[in-house]
Amino acid sequence: MIQLPCPWCGLRNVVEFRYVGESRPRPDPATTTPEQWREHLYIRANPRGQVVESWYHSAGCRRYFRLQRDTVSNQTRPVEGAE
Amino acid sequence: MVVDTGGGPNVMIGSINGRGGRGGRPSRYSAFDLLRRGLLGSSWPRAWRVHDQRDSYDVVIVGGGVHGLATAYYLARNHGIHNVAVLDKGYLGSGGSGRNTAILRSNYLTPEGVRFYDRSLELYRHLAADLNFNVMFSRRGHLTLAHNDSSLRTMRWRAEVNKLGGVDSEVIDPGEIAKLVPYLDTSAATRYPILGALYHPPGGIIRHDAVVWGYARAADALGVHLHQQTEVTGIDVDAGRVRGVRTSRGPISAPVVVNCTAGWSSIVSDMAGVATPIQTFPLQAAVTEPVRPFLHAVVVSGTLHVYVSQTDRGELVFGASVDPFTSYSMRGSLEFVEGLATHILELMPALSKMRLLRQWSGLCDMTPDYSPIMGTTPVEGFYLDVGWGTYGFKAGPVSGEAMAEAIATQATPEIIASFGLGRFARGELVGEKGAAAVGH
Repeated sequence: MIQLPCPWCGLRNVVEFRYVGESRPRPDPATTTPEQWREHLYIRANPRGQVVESWYHSAGCRRYFRLQRDTVSNQTRPVEGAE
Repeated sequence: MVVDTGGGPNVMIGSINGRGGRGGRPSRYSAFDLLRRGLLGSSWPRAWRVHDQRDSYDVVIVGGGVHGLATAYYLARNHGIHNVAVLDKGYLGSGGSGRNTAILRSNYLTPEGVRFYDRSLELYRHLAADLNFNVMFSRRGHLTLAHNDSSLRTMRWRAEVNKLGGVDSEVIDPGEIAKLVPYLDTSAATRYPILGALYHPPGGIIRHDAVVWGYARAADALGVHLHQQTEVTGIDVDAGRVRGVRTSRGPISAPVVVNCTAGWSSIVSDMAGVATPIQTFPLQAAVTEPVRPFLHAVVVSGTLHVYVSQTDRGELVFGASVDPFTSYSMRGSLEFVEGLATHILELMPALSKMRLLRQWSGLCDMTPDYSPIMGTTPVEGFYLDVGWGTYGFKAGPVSGEAMAEAIATQATPEIIASFGLGRFARGELVGEKGAAAVGH
């Protein structure tokens, strides 16, 4: 079982977390066309390698945070400003 | 489209006598041939040949699994396009085609899905005769268990959609389930009591390697080049049109390139500059030691995230839903085995003494609506047959048939019209989640 570095709780087993997905800036709803909005909703980079993503510590502090993960080896490391 | 699935002699392997390359002339498999070679002790010719890579092909197919090979086969057989290459970075069937749990069914939730998968099941039914290769299709019935009211409601909904599509499918009660599946705990005393099941008699299992080999052999006999250990490293696009691919064995120019990969499909699509709404998740499976046949149906439980069938060799094959986060890692995990065993024993307590033989993992390209992405892209000549999630193997034949038609006629066949890449930008998702989220 891999462990994830929660910025508040430290290393915890991955089953304590809920995967949220790739971190992407949310477009401004007021100025976004439906096509751009759907692209934001559906299109993912899905890289084979390093990805910055969001997780939710559902069985712990119940807070969202970001981390960097290698999608091949599943090795993780904290990112700057993870909170 | 009407296809002769009866396997008439005009499409048979033996009709290309004299065109054999290295490894001898392809011969037609038969019981007589088996007996003759057994008595004479003569060796079997290789099932498909090895060719030098040409500088150009009419169609280059990336991915040598059931989808890529079926596309090549139907291009050659139905449309007379023989100058086709299938490239695979590993060996044929080394990806999802050899890692799935080989379950076939067509009891989906949406009319589009039902029609599509039922065509596939129809092609699978006649595949052994069609390809002259024993694919060992065993139609044994498929049961999807309902453990709560909302699942039971979805089952009834699915059964009605299925019946309208002409698919044999009905909801049955625990008493009938117990008759079909011995050792299943149908009592009301369990944590997740079984309230009913969607019973789909035409569903079953097949030998997935044989499907890959059968398509490969039949495509090879029709002149398709199969290039194993050939990795695509780039796709050349010029002025919005695909020009060819670069491979680990040199460049190939081609007016048509088809992405038939799974697991790595978004990487291949990215090479052509086509963004897809795909996320890659591993799905783990496991198999036990063989025991005497007792389980004559495929049993699926969405609530317990598990499905089980018994192979012709007697092993129990278990699968699960995809792992909870994206990854390209194909390592199995102990937590998966623990969870799997817990859920299996909840269903069939009598299996507690059985031992697992091995576990493995395959990569699933999940789309937001649990439906594939098939057809054209903004890059002219670059086709997609991707996003196959947990339901790609059972769709192999119909996908090959439809992709071949799309390429040959340059028009999207009606049966895959709702699976186009453009549906995401238009907000017209298919909505197959109720039937495909657990897989199989």
